[in-house]
Amino acid sequence: MSAPTLAKEAPESVDEPILRKPSARKRLVPYWLLLPGIIWLLVFFALPLVYQASTSVQTGSLEKGFEVTWHFQTYWDAFTEYWPQFVRSLLYAGTATLLCLLLGYPLAYLIAFKAGRWRNLLLVLVIAPFFTSFLIRTLAWKTILADDSVVVDVLNTLHVLDVTSWIGWTEGDRVLATPMAVVCGLTYNFLPFMILPLYTSLERIDGRLHEAARDLYASPATTFRKVTFPLSMPGVVSGTLLTFIPASGDYVNAELLGSTDTKMVGNVIQSQFLRVLDYPTAAALSFILMAIVLAMVTVYIRRAGTEDLV
Amino acid sequence: MTDKTAHTGKNTGGDVRLTGISKTYGSFTAVHPLDLTVPQGSFFALLGASGCGKTTTLRMIAGLEDPSTGTVFLGDKDVTDLPPYKRPVNTVFQSYALFPHMDITENIAFGLRRRGIKSVKKQVDDMLELVQLGDKARHKPHQLSGGQQQRVAVARALINHPQVLLLDEPLGALDLKLRRQMQLELKRIQTEVGITFVHVTHDQEEAMTMADQVAVMNGGRVEQLGAPADLYENPQTTFVANFLGTSNLIEAEVVETGTDVVVTAGGGKLRVPGDRCTSAVRQGGKVLVGVRPEKISLAHADDAGKIADGRNRVTGRIADSSFIGVSTQYVVNSPAGAELQVYEQNIERDTRLVPGAEVVLHWNPAHTFGLDAAQDIDAGVETVEDAG
Repeated sequence: MSAPTLAKEAPESVDEPILRKPSARKRLVPYWLLLPGIIWLLVFFALPLVYQASTSVQTGSLEKGFEVTWHFQTYWDAFTEYWPQFVRSLLYAGTATLLCLLLGYPLAYLIAFKAGRWRNLLLVLVIAPFFTSFLIRTLAWKTILADDSVVVDVLNTLHVLDVTSWIGWTEGDRVLATPMAVVCGLTYNFLPFMILPLYTSLERIDGRLHEAARDLYASPATTFRKVTFPLSMPGVVSGTLLTFIPASGDYVNAELLGSTDTKMVGNVIQSQFLRVLDYPTAAALSFILMAIVLAMVTVYIRRAGTEDLV
Repeated sequence: MTDKTAHTGKNTGGDVRLTGISKTYGSFTAVHPLDLTVPQGSFFALLGASGCGKTTTLRMIAGLEDPSTGTVFLGDKDVTDLPPYKRPVNTVFQSYALFPHMDITENIAFGLRRRGIKSVKKQVDDMLELVQLGDKARHKPHQLSGGQQQRVAVARALINHPQVLLLDEPLGALDLKLRRQMQLELKRIQTEVGITFVHVTHDQEEAMTMADQVAVMNGGRVEQLGAPADLYENPQTTFVANFLGTSNLIEAEVVETGTDVVVTAGGGKLRVPGDRCTSAVRQGGKVLVGVRPEKISLAHADDAGKIADGRNRVTGRIADSSFIGVSTQYVVNSPAGAELQVYEQNIERDTRLVPGAEVVLHWNPAHTFGLDAAQDIDAGVETVEDAG
């Protein structure tokens, strides 16, 4: 861990006497290299953001045209009208993230420590779904969760659906068009985003730390709790963020697998933009979602306290 | 703390005993069946080049490796099937393996906490004092230097008062000066706490300065076991003779047996004490005659007459000499053997002893040893690739 810091410091002290005055052109090289990235960010991130911000405080209609009137009331109206969708988005995305973690961690652990020569094959299998379009993969779940499908049959037989219906996640013996279907879709679609960062941080753990823990009276379970899991926190944090952030803004899963009762914020924004054509409300909703997610992520990273580990 | 170790020392009556222990990986045998007893309270070194099976042996005592055959006893208790976390044994790993997410205090307290001990402060403070790191208690491992990390690793293991402390090349990553310092430090700690230390190393000087007993390993077998001075003075095999320090080995033919064995090599006669020959000698048979370079005196050929009677003599010509301060090292070619090493103390330097000079090597026959000639004469000679 001390090696990288050494490497960072060394070139400065060594190079200084030789390269006392680099030519102007040499000094500019780093900035030239940064340029493509900066242009990209400006054009595809900063400008749209400013444009959306201005849209959100405009009033008017498609026929008469929109103009900036600093009408902040839109934010309040949008939030009060659509707060159930906000709650639903965060709930579904949160549940899906948790499920991804529960499913992804054992798999990432297996690939990192136990897979041996199967490691690369398993990693390819994890990302294999990406070779198919997102929409097609989601549509496939319509078949998987169809009323007469094997999965639903099994869940019914095992009385799992009784429980999930009781808490309101399914309806009777149906899964499709229920919250559970949406969460299943989200979990499935974002699972690789959880597994890959988890794998990366687990794989970096020195196997001798496990031996040291076992040598110091830690049973395998304690070793996991006190050594492996804390050391994999960077992966847990980035995995949950990579899953939660896109999942909370997703609308495809709710659109294809859900019903009118499972609409998420993404669905509202989509319909405001493309069907209702109420651009200010759509822009305001986008900003509210962004603010909520940003606030949650900030608190989460502070609480997880992973600065030390990276 | 001293009370406690003295107490454990008395009760457990615990030598480490390995009986018929071996380890094979597929068709490769890392450790051939070996029997080894490490006396309680001793500083024991397993010495050998890399790949000789010393670390595997250590890991089998720790429980990190399952032996293919044989039994590991701690005292009278068979621990062969116990997992590492149930053995009263702790290890100082080669890479230290400190937990990077815990500070020094938590690293040291790790073992105590796992055994459900709540009040660890006093013991951790004592340990930090023992390894002289009191001011680093709240630092993270990566903020410490290599030598400090090494001491934390020792403290983390020692705090548990293990029956045996296993050290797996713990000084390998340190530079020479620090390594010498830590050798003394470890020896001091061992004397202070009185716990059995089993120390794995490839550095013969390290093994000899620190250990009470050294087992020299080669190719998965123990070549010789004994106190450092005994191993050095009385090597039983060419490997030990060459791996521990330097030896001049001369192939010779036996002409006379008895209390003193007389042999001929390169036309000259040499005497070897009969009880310092490892194998049975018979007239006309071959034997490897050995003598350490510092036991040999060097005289210019013109002074040959002044050499006392009864000393072994070999004539030759100086091929090379190098002055290294306390001594001068000569390489001498002679009919008896090429490239004989001679270390002369720099007391009165004879200016005639320069490369090309004709000389007589002479030494007390009592310093001569005889080895079985069936062995590889160069076994254990350190080559350039091994030196790292």
